Amino acid sequence: MPRLVYFGRLKDAAGRGEELFDLPPGVRTAADLVKALAARDEILGVALGAPSVRLAADKKIIDRDATITQSREIAFMPPMSGG
Amino acid sequence: MIRVQEEPFSPGAELDAFLKGRTDIGAAASFTGTVRDMTGAADVARLTLDHYPGFTEAEIAKIENSARTRWALQDTLIIHRYGEMRPGEAIVLVVALAAHRRPAFEAADFMMDYLKTDAPFWKKETGPGGDRWIEPRQQDRDDKARWGAHKES
Repeated sequence: MPRLVYFGRLKDAAGRGEELFDLPPGVRTAADLVKALAARDEILGVALGAPSVRLAADKKIIDRDATITQSREIAFMPPMSGG
Repeated sequence: MIRVQEEPFSPGAELDAFLKGRTDIGAAASFTGTVRDMTGAADVARLTLDHYPGFTEAEIAKIENSARTRWALQDTLIIHRYGEMRPGEAIVLVVALAAHRRPAFEAADFMMDYLKTDAPFWKKETGPGGDRWIEPRQQDRDDKARWGAHKES
């Protein structure tokens, strides 16, 4: 069961910083995962679906068509702002 | 060298320590970013930076490596804070050491431009009106674009 991690405003949208999420059958890619999360929470789904949100699997940036079935940790990151 | 830390730091003391004993450099360019008490019309009582342990350090290392590939630098230092900070406190210190001033100035400028848009931090301002998440401005993206094509992660 992967750990999902939310940063910045996505943490507010999710109502938590992280959660364990049992991948429903049929979920293979990051895009599938976003769809599954949107089915549970529509507002969070819209926030996660924004093109400006970047995803990382086990701390490596991934595309939304990447397979995440073996990933232990999947992060959702809104636009970054350091300095 | 990269340090991502919660504790406040003194930019002056860090710069002194970084330069101590070095006789091989001719130029040290440093930039300190501090928390302002105003953003536009909103008063800012504190700033909270979220980060992603491990990933944040790795992404900052890519920025540092890009600078060191692009300019002849003798050393670089990036200190970046996370957690809660107050107006007047330092958030970030960037130092570039080189034989001559031009690469030192340019590398410090480059590293800051990339930190503004590519370093995995998420900033929240808290003021009388509540909380507000800050995202990079178009100006920040334009500043980064000045450096031309750059290999993205």
